[in-house]
Amino acid sequence: MYKLKTLVIALLISTVGMAQSGYKVGDIATDFKLENIDGKMVSLSDYVQAKGFIIIFTCNTCPFSVAYEDRINALNKKYESKGYPVIAIMPNNPETSPGDSMEAMQARAKAKGFSFPYLMDKNQEVYPQYGASRTPHVYVLEKTNKGNQVKYIGAIDDNYQHPDSVNQKYVEHAVDALLAGKPIKEAHTRAIGCTIKI
Amino acid sequence: MILLVFLMLSCKNETKVEATFTSNTNDEVIELEIVDFSGLEKYLTTTTEKTYVVNFWATWCAPCIKELPYFEDLNKNYSDKNVEVILVSLDFPHVYETKLKPFITANNIKSKVVVLNDMDSNSWIPKVDESWSGAIPATLIFNNQTRKFFEKPFTYKELEYEINQFLK
Repeated sequence: MYKLKTLVIALLISTVGMAQSGYKVGDIATDFKLENIDGKMVSLSDYVQAKGFIIIFTCNTCPFSVAYEDRINALNKKYESKGYPVIAIMPNNPETSPGDSMEAMQARAKAKGFSFPYLMDKNQEVYPQYGASRTPHVYVLEKTNKGNQVKYIGAIDDNYQHPDSVNQKYVEHAVDALLAGKPIKEAHTRAIGCTIKI
Repeated sequence: MILLVFLMLSCKNETKVEATFTSNTNDEVIELEIVDFSGLEKYLTTTTEKTYVVNFWATWCAPCIKELPYFEDLNKNYSDKNVEVILVSLDFPHVYETKLKPFITANNIKSKVVVLNDMDSNSWIPKVDESWSGAIPATLIFNNQTRKFFEKPFTYKELEYEINQFLK
């Protein structure tokens, strides 16, 4: 009976709760160990000097991710030196999405001159912990004495089509606020994106 | 009818169907209805007895393309039960001519297609449904009694099951 109950609850969570699962603003994010395009393993704990992180679930194949590639690169260039490096994580299963294989990721990173690590969530274990549901999906974390605390979840900005017409740079606002020790005005935003391929 | 199609064809310059699409037998003039969210809102509510199935999709979204035939079948098989499917495309404007229109033609899409072009998704996504994170495919089913939102891909069986809940 207990087993049945657990099963029913698990089913309910898996069907109904998908969008709601994962981290909320204020939660402590667990560390991970994922393979980078250079073959090395990367963890948040490797970044001793960092004040926090801009974690971006993104991929090669989603047009929204592609539209944001240059802006992701710019984010890292702007904030890595200030203590908030970008760490990109590719959450798709390359068997379902062949354009997101490790080789394809390496090629894309080279072609676009990615200045940040581009990791593969090979076992597809990290994105569900975070609750990422699409690409691109951003989590800004701040290093605190409790751990890496989630401070912002959502979109990069409010205009995926035209970088020049952006009104709200959500991620920049969030990181700027953290650097200034001020509260983040908009800590959760939404955007259209590609489903993560399982 | 053939003459009509011929006439319609002759007065326009339709883009070529991409090589990846197999059928292009049904070249019709496609006029896209392109709206911002305020223009879409009238498709998201009803006072009539009709049940609407609003599917958010895009040509670049593989799981959307996979489930699209099921929505087409639903639209066909349930039209006599007062059900209508509306396909809301989230394609980028620069592919309207090159990808979206050819896709609609090649796949002989019969359901109503509305194209949503509204950049401020952070504002309108929660107005479609509070639980929507923004991933597609996503589907809203509603009548004047209830509404249900799904951020997931469908099989035909699942769609039929859901629609029958509404028709009870």
